[in-house]
Amino acid sequence: MSAEGAPLLELRRVTKSFGGLRSVDDLNLEVREGEIVSLIGPNGAGKTTVFNLVTGIYAPDEGEIRLEGRDITGLPPHRIAQLGIARTFQTLRLFLNMTVKENVMAAAYGHTKAGVVRSVLRTPGMRREEREIERLAEERLAFFGDRLVGYRWRQPAYSLSYANRRRLEIARATAVNPKLLLLDEPAAGMNPVETHEITELIGRLREEGGYTILVIEHDMHVVEGISDRVVALDHGEKIAEGAFDLVATDQRVVEAYLGTSGAERK
Amino acid sequence: MGPESDRPDLPREPLEPEGPRVGVDEWVASADRLQDRPTGVAGALRRAGEVVTPPIQLAIFAGLAATVPFWLGTGDLFTYGIFVLLYVLLGLGLNTIVGFAGLLDLGYVAFFGFGAYFYAILSSDHYGIHWPAIVTVPLVVATTASLGLLLGIPSRRLLGDYLAIVTLFFGQAFVVFVNATNPVVAGKGLTGGPNGIADIDPLSFFGLEASTRTQQYYVLLVSAVLILTGLHFLSQSRTGRALRSLREDPLAAGAIGIPVNRLKLLAFAIGAGIAGFTGCIFGTLLTAVTAGNFDIPILITIYAVVILGGFGSLSGVVLGALVITVSFQFLAPENPQNNARVLFYTLIVLVIVLLVRSWWRVALVLATTVALGAAVQAAVAAVAPSWTGGRVVEGGRLGDLIGGWVVIPQGHPDFGNVAYVALVVAVLALTQIRPSRRIFALPAVAYLAAIVWETSFVLQPAVARWILFGALLVVLMNVRPQGLLGTPRVEIV
Repeated sequence: MSAEGAPLLELRRVTKSFGGLRSVDDLNLEVREGEIVSLIGPNGAGKTTVFNLVTGIYAPDEGEIRLEGRDITGLPPHRIAQLGIARTFQTLRLFLNMTVKENVMAAAYGHTKAGVVRSVLRTPGMRREEREIERLAEERLAFFGDRLVGYRWRQPAYSLSYANRRRLEIARATAVNPKLLLLDEPAAGMNPVETHEITELIGRLREEGGYTILVIEHDMHVVEGISDRVVALDHGEKIAEGAFDLVATDQRVVEAYLGTSGAERK
Repeated sequence: MGPESDRPDLPREPLEPEGPRVGVDEWVASADRLQDRPTGVAGALRRAGEVVTPPIQLAIFAGLAATVPFWLGTGDLFTYGIFVLLYVLLGLGLNTIVGFAGLLDLGYVAFFGFGAYFYAILSSDHYGIHWPAIVTVPLVVATTASLGLLLGIPSRRLLGDYLAIVTLFFGQAFVVFVNATNPVVAGKGLTGGPNGIADIDPLSFFGLEASTRTQQYYVLLVSAVLILTGLHFLSQSRTGRALRSLREDPLAAGAIGIPVNRLKLLAFAIGAGIAGFTGCIFGTLLTAVTAGNFDIPILITIYAVVILGGFGSLSGVVLGALVITVSFQFLAPENPQNNARVLFYTLIVLVIVLLVRSWWRVALVLATTVALGAAVQAAVAAVAPSWTGGRVVEGGRLGDLIGGWVVIPQGHPDFGNVAYVALVVAVLALTQIRPSRRIFALPAVAYLAAIVWETSFVLQPAVARWILFGALLVVLMNVRPQGLLGTPRVEIV
């Protein structure tokens, strides 16, 4: 599909409520192949809920979600991952008691085949596949320079520093071999140097990995540095969309972040 | 470059410190390694653990276990050798469900029972069916695994406590079903009710019959080695990684393409299949099955095996089964009371070592305890001789020593019970006082424990066995909360 053809990801009039609260309200969203789109908005705007809807953790109350034109609404999370959407989590969700390499190797599950019987018998085909999984993991970890290679492979994930955990989670997501990467606040809790690194990294993920990226980010320097397009949410509704400069100066976006004074509202 | 660079005996550059630069990742890692280097016995054990890889562990286990029938009598081979292997097999199945996949299954023992009953029905005089084991065993394993799947289906959305309750119910329902319900099939109670099913055929493959204890032992050993190998390979595969990741974080596992529910069912089915297989062998060992064989105590023992060994560790299951079976049989009421007595006093010393953690203080506490005992004994003997008139039950030389130290009254039957209550209160009080002052109360509590043992527990070996067994587990789990061979798990960092 060409860049101008059907979008890679498409949300059509998606609504999700929790109790009486409309967390995502009638949202339309498109991400075209090769794009980097940023999702911004104040806390509680529904950004992470959008991610949870797209990855199948929640099913939407209304509306539909399409990946490459295919309806994925209501599919279980593992099916959606296998179809090509991988994500990271705002509050890191690594397999802390597994080694760094195992964390990444686990993500190859969806596109590998060896079943229980072949694993127990350790057939040549299974061992070959196992070597390929291992090579894939090493390659994905090497993406981050020498931070996650060598002796780090065999260390448990809990021994990593915070920044390295964020990197490991991105490596794990890329090992799913996704078309679309959803990054939930990749720069949260990073120092300025690491934040700068993450900005470059997201660009490299597209250039070298060929992933389309939808990212939630609060750090406006990061958003400005990476985005082709910015979508702003507030109270589950899309309030602005377009180039960074446009959205950042949009009256409603500024109000959503800073609030309006009582006088203005009247 | 000053004039110094002309002088050949001086290095041109300032001396670099050995190893990586301070602060870089490699330095952080090497600093970790410097700190985390246990010395002494613990360090030697850990280094040995790194050298002895799983294949070597398995070879050592198989080699040692194969010699057991040569130096153990037939009776001991049954109570120790065969039961250790039975618990190894049962532990391996449970470990797949609880250890690998993290599903708290309290109905596990029902799979074991189902396998045993199903095998018994297909190979005994109960219905006059005597199918060959080569047919029955695979059939039973497949059926039990399907039963595991069946139980897994409604349970796959239940987590933690809820899953535990549902499976516990299933386990209890099984016991009630075979014991009381006993539905009539083909003019006969299907499960034999409280009488169970007797005269089960021995295992036989291609005309080779496993009817002696030694043969049965080897059948078990070969099965255990094969299942250990299979599970080790499985845990090293993509399925093993997927199971571990779903134990760590099911949500994240789903998000990277792992079919969480299907894998839970798989873990249930594998665990149930192993339990069903063990059930077949169990039936042939006892040649009879009754509901009581598959009740809560067995479940607790299997859990104790897996917890003691360390969840998720295959070698841990073997070691756990060994420790639990041997210590439990060692304490059996038909064994001499001195077994239990020795273990009891060892436990007390262990507890003191654990609480005090400094060798000279341990010595001080022990000396004070001995002195306190002697003083109390002398004082009581002087004031009221009848209170020390009792004798140590089944003494021997150790008993004589203790008899001159512990207050054992004669003709005061309630004394033991009163002392027991006092001991419980004293132990509770001990946990409440400040750790730095605990050392002063320890001798008195230890002496009280000795009195309780000699006046009360010794008279009821069956009860004392359980209490001692429980205390042993508590102490062991305090020493190594992750289990003997488990790796400590980090939940929140």
